[in-house]
Amino acid sequence: MAVLTYREAIRAALAEELTRDENVVLMGEEVAQFHGAYKVSEGLLEKFGPDRIVDTPISEAGFIGMGVGASMLGIRPVMELMFWSFYSVAFDQILNNAANVRYMSGGLINCPIVIRGPANGGTNVGATHSHTPENVLANHPGVKVIVPSTARDAKGLLKAAIRDNDPCFFLENTLLYGEKGEVPDTEEVIPLGVADIKREGTDLTIVTYGRSVLHSLAAASILEKEHDISVEVVDLRTIRPLDIDTVLASVKKTHRVLIVEEQKPFASVGSQLAYMIQREAFDELDGPIHRLATIDAPAIYSPPVEVEQLPNPQRVLKAALAAVA
Amino acid sequence: MSKKAVPTADQKDAANVACPGPSATAPINAKLSKEEKIELHRKMVRIRRFEERSLRSYQSKKIGGFLHLYIGQEAVAVGCCSLMGKDDHVITAYRDHGHAMAVGMDTKALMAELYGKITGCSKGKGGSMHYFAPSLNYWGGHGIVGGQIPLGTGLAYALKYKKLKGAAMAFMGDGAVNQGAVHEAYNLAALWNLPVIFVIENNGYSMGTSQERSSAGPGLAQRAEAYGMNWGTCFGHDVYEVRATMDKFLTLAREKHQPAVVEIDTYRYRGHSVADPDKTYRTREEIEEYRRTKDPIQLFQNTLLAEGVLTEALAEQINAEALAEADPAADFAEASPFPTPDDIQKDVYWETDNPEKRTSKGRLFFD
Repeated sequence: MAVLTYREAIRAALAEELTRDENVVLMGEEVAQFHGAYKVSEGLLEKFGPDRIVDTPISEAGFIGMGVGASMLGIRPVMELMFWSFYSVAFDQILNNAANVRYMSGGLINCPIVIRGPANGGTNVGATHSHTPENVLANHPGVKVIVPSTARDAKGLLKAAIRDNDPCFFLENTLLYGEKGEVPDTEEVIPLGVADIKREGTDLTIVTYGRSVLHSLAAASILEKEHDISVEVVDLRTIRPLDIDTVLASVKKTHRVLIVEEQKPFASVGSQLAYMIQREAFDELDGPIHRLATIDAPAIYSPPVEVEQLPNPQRVLKAALAAVA
Repeated sequence: MSKKAVPTADQKDAANVACPGPSATAPINAKLSKEEKIELHRKMVRIRRFEERSLRSYQSKKIGGFLHLYIGQEAVAVGCCSLMGKDDHVITAYRDHGHAMAVGMDTKALMAELYGKITGCSKGKGGSMHYFAPSLNYWGGHGIVGGQIPLGTGLAYALKYKKLKGAAMAFMGDGAVNQGAVHEAYNLAALWNLPVIFVIENNGYSMGTSQERSSAGPGLAQRAEAYGMNWGTCFGHDVYEVRATMDKFLTLAREKHQPAVVEIDTYRYRGHSVADPDKTYRTREEIEEYRRTKDPIQLFQNTLLAEGVLTEALAEQINAEALAEADPAADFAEASPFPTPDDIQKDVYWETDNPEKRTSKGRLFFD
């Protein structure tokens, strides 16, 4: 297996799908000449040319809407948002048009668009640039929401998303772009809606996704070494469709649950998970479901304090100890 | 007060005048056969009779939600859509019945959609504002003011990307021109030379707010100049003029990938929606003046009578046939079943509608 960064893995997925299907185009702010604000698309313009790697003006409602319209006629646009935080200025296009057009047309239209970009805090860019909208997106039937945590998952899931005939929203993380991981040399398309057990354990299930997987794994190591607690880390990988079966199977094994998410707590992905776990595995639980989320305030700028606002290994450790107490 | 120039008292009744202007001899109109001219007239009449019938159904509470009637504006949709070739596409806003019929959608399915029936064009899932017919290159039917304009730009993008020699017509009302998404779409279309015509159907009022109370600047289409785009205006009560004007811009779009903004002056006789009391922002006299002097159906009927294309008897027959089409459409809608609760979660995902081709796992629906 090759070792790639998360960034390189996404780039490889894009390149492979651009090669495979001529209807795939990549569009977004600075994706072509600039090579991507986070260098994800570096080299793609040179390889695929300006018809397929397209710089857009700073005009999210315009270009995302344009992508939705083009997808109705069979183009498979991959639209990069420099930050998912900018979804708010394209909200109508993303969640009225992309999410609803199939339904409102009685199933006559499908919208095979991918919108991708980073959605995370932790980079000291303040509240406007640190949104994690996976819960807001997933609240809209008709869409799929993917939040990969590793290079391998990012590549395999992005390829699946590009081939999917429903609108797929792919949430990356600027703090993961440089993280390295093994990626198979042969083509791998990872189906959406399959969770991955990133670490097996017997005493506590941590259900998590995105960068919080890394924090949870770090905390799990400490819990094993210093507290003799065996933690199972379930990485959801996709939020919708949701692999609740893998979560429930883990709960039946450990009987204790901690949800870790880089989300504001109110009506978060974790809220939905907690509801489903108690509803479907109530008798398996030896204690209440615990949750560790972002501290409930707009993202603070102050660099050392922002680390404390988000999930981090120490906060996960503390929450895990509470969950097994 | 209204931005609309109220017709002056010395204007003749539409009953007595034909379409003004030289458009009848424009090549795109001169080449029309007698049958094609009659078909233009027939389409306008059919749209009006259909909508009048739907209004009665709405008033008898057979139809829910909103009903935005197109009555008075028929020459715009009919004129524009009559120019469509196989690679031309249309998208519009929520006042969409006229365009749907102009592209050839079936009135039974349209009426059934209003009634919320499973036999409706969107299976009762879209309603009045959300008619679609991709097989007829008709992409809706959109409820949010201006939200369809980036989509129409995307249709044009797809045409150009696929090297098809077609154009997209993206319709909006005069109330949409102040939405940011519209301007973003203008910029993209002009920047990338996309084959799209942005058609502003200027009926004078964005809901109840007149143009002079909502839109700055000298004219709506003229804003295209800021983006280096072609623009034009036209008298939308004359179907010949609509065709002549749009043909010019459509040709530039198809042949040279030049986008344009075309502002078509028109008028709606009914309120913004049926729920609009329509008494506070314009006068009865203004509406009556338009009906009397600029009715697009009456004007074109007179033109065709003068041309000898239409006879009084044939005009009567066309009207009778349109009436005879609208009633069975309502009967069909009435007799059709509603969707069932089991239908609510169909047509949400392509994957769940095509389970044999599904590749994802996991739950897509929640309770």
